[in-house]
Amino acid sequence: MNTLEFTLVIALGSFLAGMLGSLTGLGGGVVIVPLLTLVFGVDIRYAIGASLVSVIATSSGAAAAYLREGYSNMRVGMFLEIATTVGAVSGAFLAGYLHTSIIAIVFGLVLLYSAYTTTQTLADPPAGMAPDRIATVLRLDGTYPSSDGLKSYRVRNVPIGFGLMYVAGVLSGLLGIGSGAVKVLAMDQAMKIPFKVSTTTSNFMIGVTAAASAGIYLRRGYIDPGLAMPVTLGVLAGALVGAKILPGAKVRTLRIVFGVVIAALAVEMIYQGVRGKM
Amino acid sequence: MTGDGASLGRKVDDKSVELFLGKLLRWGVLLAALVVFVGGVWFVAESSDVPQNYRVFRGEPAELRAVPQIVDQAIALRPLGLIQFGLLLLIATPVARVLFSVLGFALERDWIYVVITLLVLGLLVYTLTSRSGI
Repeated sequence: MNTLEFTLVIALGSFLAGMLGSLTGLGGGVVIVPLLTLVFGVDIRYAIGASLVSVIATSSGAAAAYLREGYSNMRVGMFLEIATTVGAVSGAFLAGYLHTSIIAIVFGLVLLYSAYTTTQTLADPPAGMAPDRIATVLRLDGTYPSSDGLKSYRVRNVPIGFGLMYVAGVLSGLLGIGSGAVKVLAMDQAMKIPFKVSTTTSNFMIGVTAAASAGIYLRRGYIDPGLAMPVTLGVLAGALVGAKILPGAKVRTLRIVFGVVIAALAVEMIYQGVRGKM
Repeated sequence: MTGDGASLGRKVDDKSVELFLGKLLRWGVLLAALVVFVGGVWFVAESSDVPQNYRVFRGEPAELRAVPQIVDQAIALRPLGLIQFGLLLLIATPVARVLFSVLGFALERDWIYVVITLLVLGLLVYTLTSRSGI
């Protein structure tokens, strides 16, 4: 393979990852690192650097559409970003000291969890809950558009959500992913935020979280322009196409297929990590 | 819409701030992608038949690791410097979003959130500009 062929193949793979990630709502980042390391034999540090930049691209690229719909909650996002950015710096710091095999194993476990979430359907919390003291002080409660007008919701369990967001930040900084699955867990399960609000707010936070560790990766020399170029452009184009065809897509089947692919990649990552081959 | 510049302050709400931020992010990403693409085409056209070996981690050279050096490389029109500069623009889009959120919350006179947003902004600026490796 010469440079042109290598670039095109990586761009094509990243395009598919970005499209599937956008169609299933899992983000393309989770499969970029396994794709680069397992299929193309790229060192996991270069892979994480390239993946991190592509995560920022999809987050910022999708934000315009999400913001217009009016689901995302800026206050929830900004408040939780304190936790995710501090977490991201901790994760990037850890990445410099952990053996790459350990990072591969952690990556595999997070992938397994992401695969598991594709089988779950989340129900929106019941309306009419009592106000939460911290949420009231921070003005976190909000409204979102629904078929029968604006619906209001209350935010619960702020400290637990904040703690889980720190964990999401650590994973993002350590693995170069958006950690969308953990962010949605914190907001849906712990803080009882409606699904549409939590996914769009999470997308918004992913870019800021990734930017917090990108500076550290850049200085460590993990971000290679020759590799990050096709990955970023491919994922971005894929995500845009995915968003365009989303309304007519059979999302349920896709989620199951993508879930199986992710689970297989997860097992392979863990296996290679345990063998010390990463 | 409430984004009427003459009535500064009271009339600014979350919705108008969000719409502005959304546009800012989209243009930022488009500009960054364009720079990366131009640098990428140039890099591929100039490069040899043997692609770089990514199997072994060596780390990037010093001129592609820090913001001032990357800007120098981009101004000197080095293909890899251009790509790296485009990636920097991309990393800057969420930072710009946080920066404008500070202004948005200030216009809404929501001081708790001005402080919260400044904390996030401070951390982002520190990690991007700090010379000592954290």
